[in-house]
Amino acid sequence: MGMRMAIRVFLPLLLLLASAEHSFSLYEDQVGLMDWHQQYIGKVKHAVFHTQKTGRKRVVVSTEENVIASLDLRHGEIFWRHVLGTNDAVDGIDIALGKYVITLSSEGSLLRAWNLPDGKMVWESFLQGSKPSKSLLSVLINLKVDKDNVILVFSKGCLHALSSIDGEVLWEKDFSAESIEVQQIIQPSGSDIIYAVGFVGSSQFDAYEINAKNGELLKHKSAAFPDGFYGEVLLVSSDMLVSLDATRSSLVTINFQNEEINFGKTYISDLVEESSRNAVILPSKLSGIFAVKVNTFSAFIRVTTEGKLEVVDKINNAAAVSDALSFSEGQKAFAIVEHADGKILLTVKLNHDWNGDLLKESIVMDHQRGLVHMVFINTYIRTDRSHGFRALIVMEDHSLLLLQQGAIVWSREESLASIVDVTTSELPVQKKGVSVAKVEQNLFEWLKGHILKLKGTLMLASPEDIAAIQGMRLKSSEKSKMTRDHNGFRKLLIVLTRAGKLYALHTGDGRVVWSLLLSSLHKSGSCEHPTGLSVYQWQVPHHHAMDENPSILVVGRCGPNWDAPGVLSFVDTYTGKELDSLGLTHSVMQVIPLPFTDSAEQHLHLIIDADHHAHLYPRTSEAIGIFQNEFSNVYWYSVDTDNGIIRGHDLKSNCFGVADEYCFDSRDLWSIVFPSESEKIIETVTRKLNEVVHTQAKVIADQDVMYKYISKNLLFVATVAPKASGEFRTATPEESWLVVYLIDTVTGRILHRMTHHGSQGPVRAVFSENWVVYHYFNLRAHRYEMSVIEIYDQSRAENKDVLKLVFGKHNLTSPISLYSRPEVIAKSQSYFFTHSVKTITVTSTAKGITSKQLLIGTIGDQVLALDKRYLDPRRSVNPTQAEKEEGVIPLTDSLPIIPQSYVTHALKVEGLRGIVTVPAKLESTTLAFAYGVDLFFTRMAPSRTYDSLTEDFSYALLLITIVALIAAIFVTWVLSERKELQEKWR
Amino acid sequence: MSLLHSLLTLSLLFSSSLAFRSDELLIDDEEFGPEGGVQGHPKSPDVAQTRSSPPPTTATTTRKRYSDPDQDSKIHFSLEHAFGDSEFSSAGTFTARLKTWNHGGQTLTKLRFSRNAFTELEKEKFKNVLEGDDFYKIRLPSNVLSPPGREFIISSVKARCLPREGLDEHFVIHMEGINILAVNYGSPGACPHPRQLKLPMKWSFNSHTVLKNTEQAQRTPIFSEEILGGEIGEGEVVMPPERSFWAKYWMYLIPLGLIVMNAITQAMNMPEEQAGGQPQQPGAAVQRGPPAAVRRR
Repeated sequence: MGMRMAIRVFLPLLLLLASAEHSFSLYEDQVGLMDWHQQYIGKVKHAVFHTQKTGRKRVVVSTEENVIASLDLRHGEIFWRHVLGTNDAVDGIDIALGKYVITLSSEGSLLRAWNLPDGKMVWESFLQGSKPSKSLLSVLINLKVDKDNVILVFSKGCLHALSSIDGEVLWEKDFSAESIEVQQIIQPSGSDIIYAVGFVGSSQFDAYEINAKNGELLKHKSAAFPDGFYGEVLLVSSDMLVSLDATRSSLVTINFQNEEINFGKTYISDLVEESSRNAVILPSKLSGIFAVKVNTFSAFIRVTTEGKLEVVDKINNAAAVSDALSFSEGQKAFAIVEHADGKILLTVKLNHDWNGDLLKESIVMDHQRGLVHMVFINTYIRTDRSHGFRALIVMEDHSLLLLQQGAIVWSREESLASIVDVTTSELPVQKKGVSVAKVEQNLFEWLKGHILKLKGTLMLASPEDIAAIQGMRLKSSEKSKMTRDHNGFRKLLIVLTRAGKLYALHTGDGRVVWSLLLSSLHKSGSCEHPTGLSVYQWQVPHHHAMDENPSILVVGRCGPNWDAPGVLSFVDTYTGKELDSLGLTHSVMQVIPLPFTDSAEQHLHLIIDADHHAHLYPRTSEAIGIFQNEFSNVYWYSVDTDNGIIRGHDLKSNCFGVADEYCFDSRDLWSIVFPSESEKIIETVTRKLNEVVHTQAKVIADQDVMYKYISKNLLFVATVAPKASGEFRTATPEESWLVVYLIDTVTGRILHRMTHHGSQGPVRAVFSENWVVYHYFNLRAHRYEMSVIEIYDQSRAENKDVLKLVFGKHNLTSPISLYSRPEVIAKSQSYFFTHSVKTITVTSTAKGITSKQLLIGTIGDQVLALDKRYLDPRRSVNPTQAEKEEGVIPLTDSLPIIPQSYVTHALKVEGLRGIVTVPAKLESTTLAFAYGVDLFFTRMAPSRTYDSLTEDFSYALLLITIVALIAAIFVTWVLSERKELQEKWR
Repeated sequence: MSLLHSLLTLSLLFSSSLAFRSDELLIDDEEFGPEGGVQGHPKSPDVAQTRSSPPPTTATTTRKRYSDPDQDSKIHFSLEHAFGDSEFSSAGTFTARLKTWNHGGQTLTKLRFSRNAFTELEKEKFKNVLEGDDFYKIRLPSNVLSPPGREFIISSVKARCLPREGLDEHFVIHMEGINILAVNYGSPGACPHPRQLKLPMKWSFNSHTVLKNTEQAQRTPIFSEEILGGEIGEGEVVMPPERSFWAKYWMYLIPLGLIVMNAITQAMNMPEEQAGGQPQQPGAAVQRGPPAAVRRR
């Protein structure tokens, strides 16, 4: 009886629980729960405002990441955006007809028009030309031909006039036959004549007068200037150009509209009363005035009515000047941005009146943004009908800010569009001792939340409740806390950007926790062009150095060349402060994180310079002590892609002739020389250093064991025929091949070598455990292919005998020496794959137990997860029953692309460049971060979350079930007691 | 063939004093040693074993060509060695046949190797290297027709891996036409990790050489006739593995089982009650008193 009652209560609850079955693929309402997506555009290089008409105020920008975007002027949000290809750099941008954005890109060969409100492409024109030259774009607003603005494009040695309605070429004038290098296209306002001016050789100036209506050449003037020219010309007034002479010591004014071309020469030293070197004319288009950068300052020089030059002011060099903007009848203004202790000074001046400042504002600026690089101004009508100005400024850290009324209206961290390297850091451990009030508050919140969730589960929730639940899930305070969590989901992503700025992003919601413009990667006298190279974990405290903050090592280089001296910087990942920085005397070719740590948990790093010396860091005697013990066990390799040689090295002794105990000489141990006429290295891949492999044994279907050949010292190399290494369709299938190698980097042994005939690059590969997966193009089949190589150790294959294992006659525990002759077998299989691939990586988990998925960055800028089981060389057309049970999938000729397995679901990571996977503490889960122009982060469970309950698991429901069960037990117990009593009384 | 081969190996192993003969045996014996057979890409590696012989006359790198009717010619290229960080010096000579294929490609076949015996000085150097657990290095030209080609191919091994009975060495030479890509050099067997210092009993080399060319990758299987079927197959693949009836419906089955069990016990009880109740029924009034009285006690 009691049982029956219990079942009556239990059954509906059980059914209810069963119906709330967890889903494993993503539902629509789960978007944003554990992933985040951020959109960027990159460092702005051109900006055009569009604010004339009523409606949305916007600014159209083009950036160094080849993005064209329309931004909301009020909030800085992106209205629309187009990411052009990597070799489709934008040369110029303008607005035509008040409704089209015109862009010139690909070195002046592509002219496109985009619809201003929604960013749809209206037309596109290919411009032909034979000679590489400057690319210039200008939209002639004054010249109307049937209500059509004429677009003038000078590119590839040819001047084109195009209609802005449909992009039709109206006329062309080819200059490629002349030896002129056109510098500017000038159109004086209110006339139908345009001038093309430029240099012939180094000391002759030519001007062509062209009818803007039909391209007819009206006049050709030429004059020689014996002192020669340097750099470019700048138009200062409608009939005068300025340039520098060849020695860069004097300014040359060029008057080109008269019958004869007149030159005027003025020594800069006469103007600024200071000797000058390396003067540069700033390219800001002002009128009647121009700026010259001399020594440490910029001088503003006015052209008087007599054509004489005079200095009106000098300002500090770290300033930016905008182009002139005409805002009311014939009045023109421009902006200057200067720096003054922690503030920036924005001054808007009238063109003709230096002392008449229209606007003077000072704005407090975070010094982490560095110097102002560019400024664009725009005007608007204030409420009192006067003219107001707003300025869009681009800072040294690539951030974009809008200034108006002395305040920063909005800012965008555009540096994050150009991530160079990524690493992670743990968050601080949660401190003990939380106040009771907080707990009560939390408890109440927790209960409330769970009751809401329960309502949702029981379908009792009103629409408001559902919205509240969704909101709660999306911004659960739990996931964005600044402390370490039990599952290891919360971490800091430390990213180094091309601007030399470090950011710490929280994995919970992607917010910037701190940012740091590295002083060591700051332009300075000794370091002219610093570039950030990579980031490494420097100090990862656990165990005995728990109270120390973790830190990272940032490696940079002082110039574009390999042999430029390096810079190191050490940054605390909790506070974002630079702990130390070192300017190195040697260059940085390779950084090798060694698997040793000192007593402060600092990782030892070996830096190899261009002369093949190895330098040990940190430079402490303790580190030397640790390193000396392992001295003879340090091997590394170098890849010389240009010559097709791979070399292996080891350490010899302390540097000869240098009194530096942290410097070591190296010697060559082995070399592999690829024949230059038949092979060219295009890809090398190694295993991730921190990868964890759970087991070496792989049990296959018939209770047999295969031993994976697991070595950290394996290198995958792909070479192609030199003829086929270029663009597609340059080689026939017969003369193209792809050779792949697996090389042991300690001994230089080639463990496996295989040729794919009729295939070519680009090759994208990933190496993990004992397998490599690579992607290439098959010219014969006209399709992309992916292949897998798995390598197994045969020397351990005999250890299958139980008796042997029992009596210890196996070699499983004996140390492995790579100097033994390897007995390996490699298995391989190839499959067709539909997409071309930008990058491949593999998921990684804490203990390496969870099965793996490949993360493929597709050409459509999405991330596709593909189960590794599809790339298993043991797949066959008809697997046996045993193999099927093991999970071997029947062989198909192509890999399936399942739409649900896109990790990025509906989103795109525009300009995808890399994917980084980090294990969480929870074995089933891996964190994936994809970066390009956009950023995307998500949490994945390749074998589903088998070790934890899902996020939407209702604890309240469980609790209520238990309570209900206990109640039911009591009730039935009482009932049964009563019944028994009654029976006894009977 | 393999029998012959192993016989030779055996005879060589047992006749260390007859080391002179090896060189002669290996010369121009057409049937001897496997041919580098398949067009363009010989799959079976060319194996040769030699006992170290007295220094041959051709110590320097020379190249000789015989104008054979079948376009084969014999070439030599030299092996050089170094002890630790010393300079390289000549150590032996490889001899091979250069085979020119109809399509113009050239490959090496029938590789022979004759090693120079160690001089006293070299023995001393080798001992030093053994004591210091240093490297014994070898190098080969990267192009066998115009040595040293672009650069030498270097390979090295910890010297302590070599001594056994004598000095055992194993070469795997990776070829691409007439270019040597890489050479895997080391002991023919294992080299256990804590490397013990062990001087060789005999200062003679026991060399094994293998020529290796690239393998051809398998072609991607194309199931052209299954274009429609293939897609269905893909669909099947996508589906999760079919679970058994029990795995699917256990949550319903357990309560069902409980209910059934409950019902059975009920059913069992019912007949019992009925069975026990019926005889009592007539004398119910009579028997009611005493047991109640008993209980009350």
